[in-house]
Amino acid sequence: MSVHVLNARRLLCPLPVIRTQDKVKTLQSGDVLTVECTDPGVMQDIPAWCRINGHQVLETRSENGEYVIVLEVG
Amino acid sequence: MSQQRKAVALISGGLDSMLASKAIMEQGIHVEGINFFTGFCVEGHTHAIRKQDADKVKRNNSLWVAEQLGIKLHIIDIIEEYKQVLLNPKHGYGANLNPCLDCKIFMVNKAKQWMQENGFDFIITGEVVGQRPMSQRKQTMPIVAAESGADDLLVRPLSAQNLPATLPEREGWISREKMFGFSGRSRKPQMTLAKEYGFTDYAQPAGGCCFLTDEAYSLKLVDLWKARGERDYDLDDVMLLKVGRHIRPKPHFKVIIAREDGEARFMSGYKKEFVSMNCASHRGPLALIDGTPSENDLIQAAQITARYGQGREAEQVEVTIRDRDGAERNVFVKPLLADEIPQEWFV
Repeated sequence: MSVHVLNARRLLCPLPVIRTQDKVKTLQSGDVLTVECTDPGVMQDIPAWCRINGHQVLETRSENGEYVIVLEVG
Repeated sequence: MSQQRKAVALISGGLDSMLASKAIMEQGIHVEGINFFTGFCVEGHTHAIRKQDADKVKRNNSLWVAEQLGIKLHIIDIIEEYKQVLLNPKHGYGANLNPCLDCKIFMVNKAKQWMQENGFDFIITGEVVGQRPMSQRKQTMPIVAAESGADDLLVRPLSAQNLPATLPEREGWISREKMFGFSGRSRKPQMTLAKEYGFTDYAQPAGGCCFLTDEAYSLKLVDLWKARGERDYDLDDVMLLKVGRHIRPKPHFKVIIAREDGEARFMSGYKKEFVSMNCASHRGPLALIDGTPSENDLIQAAQITARYGQGREAEQVEVTIRDRDGAERNVFVKPLLADEIPQEWFV
């Protein structure tokens, strides 16, 4: 298991999802990815994308105008 | 045992592609969705950065549709490739800068490539004969099939009974009788079918799902091309045309003024790419300066920026000008009066 961070700040929907999708393609099952965003829409979309594609959301949080989603690759 | 056939559906996030996919899934076909991001797509999130739209549902409709259908969705970034479609549309533009027919041909062609690369058998779209004035007419639907290269692998389940039989029908993978003969602009048949399928919540985009159909947006894009002397753009251009008040006092520079805190937050991410400014002595908006302004131009931009802050009636407002490298300096300006900003400056 390895841990990764993706900077998706400044991107508007659906680009954070696309970048997450492309990054996850390079990872292994069990890897953990933290996605850092500024579009509040990701709080809905990245979990939806995870549900569709079999990945698990471990944590979502918002702090100082940023939105962070931690997911485990399925 | 017969082979499990697979179809890729173009999912826009609207009702038609949702119904078309469902109609094929009902026939035992494995369906996965594909959604193309051109940069010009209208989504709730684009508006979500504006406070006035904060109560709108913040969801990506294509993802939501895929989840309702229980299918995978592949979102493909085609921003770069799409430039050729927008800049040189073989079939021309619609009412604004919308190259709808070329766009549909391009997307179906991309879907065909994806289908071949991923071992799928045919393509589904939610097109309906006569639904849209440019890309969904009886005369243009064969053009989409032919010029995309999809030919008879392109199935339009909602209008299939009005169109020639496709290969999946002839081969018996799907039944023509279990598809539909919808035509025209009425949405009633779709709403009835949605009810039959149990879909009670779906997006109904008025005027399409693309900023290029929007007159104000198209005018801003034309202004950008004119100011730069070339018809080109990048993603940041596309994004910034969606936010702020755009004021062009002179051909070589433009002031983009945030209208709300949400826009200011979004625009603040561009401080390293643009000279930026905001009022220091009063509460006021963030402004980005696009182009090649002189020092005098920056003073004029500061006067405009001050006009949109709480110091608009003050004799003097202190404005912080920030270079791309972060270096700051403060200037004192008299805010422009409303009638000192001619209407033609507003892009």
